[in-house]
Amino acid sequence: MPVRVQTGPIDIGREIEALHRRQSSVGAIASFIGTVREVNAVDGASQSVSSLTLEHYPGMTEKALAEICAEAAGRFEVIDTLVVHRVGELLPADAIVLVVVLSAHRAEAFAACEFIMDYLKTRAPFWKKEQTPAGPRWVDARSGDDAAAQRWRQP
Amino acid sequence: MEIEVLFFAALREKLGLSRLRCAVPTDVQTVLELRGWLAGRDALWTEALAPERRIRVALDQRLVQDDAALHEGAEVAFFPPVTGG
Repeated sequence: MPVRVQTGPIDIGREIEALHRRQSSVGAIASFIGTVREVNAVDGASQSVSSLTLEHYPGMTEKALAEICAEAAGRFEVIDTLVVHRVGELLPADAIVLVVVLSAHRAEAFAACEFIMDYLKTRAPFWKKEQTPAGPRWVDARSGDDAAAQRWRQP
Repeated sequence: MEIEVLFFAALREKLGLSRLRCAVPTDVQTVLELRGWLAGRDALWTEALAPERRIRVALDQRLVQDDAALHEGAEVAFFPPVTGG
């Protein structure tokens, strides 16, 4: 269940293939790719984003991601998972994060992929700073992300 | 008790500091008490660490609640709510 933080671009096709390795028990591969939006809403008004800088907490980040994947493996029937997250400077349309889940069937793959993203959004120590025409600004956490993570705790 | 305190993102920028080694007094036992003690450094710190500000805390690289107990050599990090993914 590899996790990786990197400054360079994510080669999505190669990452998925490297995880899959044509394992015959795999019947479903779910993936999620988060990308940089060129326009972001700030206080209801849209603002253009020329670049995004991602900061993280080296050491804790890798531990948090590994824990999230381990928790996903405990809850869902997954064969393997992968999380790759970029840090440093990113441009609009760049992939920020890639999550891949291998499973025997799609339902478990989709659910585990969503679970990993919901937990990553609220527990993994990354912070985004946008460059906008009005200057740089740190992105605010969204309450919807907390709610999304919270729903996995309900019985 | 000697501990290491880290700051990230907007909080790091506001304080102009990413890392601080400090010897904390014996009555500072929890991460919340540490936050209060650091807030007493000067006006900038008081404002940056004010109780109404949403700040997350990690102890030894794990997210913790306010009542988590400090220990000798602890690594404590304060940061805004995370925004990755």
